[in-house]
Amino acid sequence: MEQILQQLLNGISLGAIYALIALGYTMVYGVLRFINFAHADVFMVGAFLAFFLGQNLPANSIASTILVLLAAMTGCALLGTLIERLAYRPLRSAPTLNVLITAIGVSLLLEYSGQLFLGANPRTFPPVYPSAQLTLGGVILSGNQLLVIGVTAALVLLLQLVIYQTKIGAAMRAVSLNPDAARLVGINVNAVIAFTFALGSALAGAGGVLYAINYPSIDPLMGLMPGLKAFVCAILGGIGNIPGAALGGLILGLVETFVGGSEASTWKDAVAFGLLILILLFRPAGLLGKPLPEKV
Amino acid sequence: MLTVENLAVAYGAINALQDVSFAIPRGGIVTLLGSNGAGKTTTLRTISGLVKPRGGKIFFDGEDITRLPPHRIVQAGLCHVPEGRMVFTNLTVADNLRLGTWRQPDTARTAANRDYVFSIFPRLQERLHQLAGTLSGGEQQMLAIGRALMGNPSFLMLDEPSLGIAPKLVQTIFEKIIEINQRRGITILLVEQNASLALDISSHAYVLESGHILTHGPSTALRADPRLRAAYLGE
Ligand SMILES: Nc1ncnc2c1ncn2[C@@H]1O[C@H](COP(=O)(O)OP(=O)(O)OP(=O)(O)O)[C@@H](O)[C@H]1O
Ligand SMILES: [Mg+2]
Repeated sequence: MEQILQQLLNGISLGAIYALIALGYTMVYGVLRFINFAHADVFMVGAFLAFFLGQNLPANSIASTILVLLAAMTGCALLGTLIERLAYRPLRSAPTLNVLITAIGVSLLLEYSGQLFLGANPRTFPPVYPSAQLTLGGVILSGNQLLVIGVTAALVLLLQLVIYQTKIGAAMRAVSLNPDAARLVGINVNAVIAFTFALGSALAGAGGVLYAINYPSIDPLMGLMPGLKAFVCAILGGIGNIPGAALGGLILGLVETFVGGSEASTWKDAVAFGLLILILLFRPAGLLGKPLPEKV
Repeated sequence: MLTVENLAVAYGAINALQDVSFAIPRGGIVTLLGSNGAGKTTTLRTISGLVKPRGGKIFFDGEDITRLPPHRIVQAGLCHVPEGRMVFTNLTVADNLRLGTWRQPDTARTAANRDYVFSIFPRLQERLHQLAGTLSGGEQQMLAIGRALMGNPSFLMLDEPSLGIAPKLVQTIFEKIIEINQRRGITILLVEQNASLALDISSHAYVLESGHILTHGPSTALRADPRLRAAYLGE
């Protein structure tokens, strides 16, 4: 029983990071209907921003952790809007395939300029966050898990507020439903898209920091696997669907942890992707996705 | 107020509009008639900036708006209620109306516009917190018009407001169109397939056929034109 609870906890905290990244994929898909493959590399940049700042901050400090998180989120928000402005906006009326290929190009650009300027060797992430653990009747809640779960819950709540309670959030939903109708009521669709990139990239930045705190070896290609997994989560939950991305993250985190802790541990990635295929077979639009009507 | 000069629009190799010119003075209701595929919707979409023309110019209040992005055209006071209504079905009625005031800093004016919308369409106030997708077709049309009025337009383009709506509601909506024109002084360009109704409420009409202006004149004169009676009034 305790072991199951422990695994549940581990799974949730892993899933939370996937969810943070998955939200960015799904939000951008919502407004532009394409997969921003460079998103995983924004996650990596977030980790590196925190790395450089964290080296110069006092270790084992909550304040340092918060500072590093905020810096990575701001930096990534700027990077995200910059990518949108320079790479995607000029292609607004181009076919989706062109935009997808451009996204892969931006992704490669970030990865290999990362290797060029930062070196390909892994670096050790500074211990900004105090390590501690709480034992609750045989279940160990590590400080890291508390951080990941707490920060993710706060950010997801905040995102929910922005999307469902503010005017810009309503505009995002309007653009996602019908960009032309949004234009006709006077919404500056480009501004809404830029805002969406900023929001999604900030979440990826936070994800990068949390990931690096938990797996403190970072390198310019570190975004690949978590990015791919988060992409799976977004599809799993129903691409374009925000609660779906969070749900997909949780499910994948749990599945991975439970398979990883069993005899079949080496199969955990295979099981994760197998699950994706299985769910899509029965629910092509994902768990919470609605089958999209043909676009008129 | 709105002047269109030699407008030409093509979708790929298909010419949708050729050499379309007209001028709509401030204050009246003008109607644009034409059969299916004549280019009425294309004309409106080009004026509101969704479609970029291949040639020609569009002036609004003396300003060249041909190359402006759609949201700037709305800011200038020219609003377009699109064919098929296009309300945001995933948002509440209140949010739909709120989005009509994008970038409008004047909160007093917003409140006044809202009151006005509720005064002509009380149904919207009753349904305020309902998702727009749950409204009937007629109610969605009211919402689409209300949403446009929230943007404080001086010129309103309506694309087939009677499309797919119960006859009783069509009557109501047309009465409101007249009222918006007379009481608010908003100039109206009306696109309709229901030519008889449109000619009744407009002072002037243009007839579009296969992408060009076939004829135009006072609505009473067009109503009497035997060719048009045969083609559009089914007489
Ligand atoms: N997006 C598009 N791509 C290609 N052709 C189009 C497109 N939109 C319209 N057309 C073509 O342009 C012509 C004019 O269409 P438009 O929608 O403007 O006509 P309409 O007068 O509004 O017709 P209706 O009364 O059926 O609404 C038609 O031949 C139509 O097939
Ligand atoms: Mg039409």
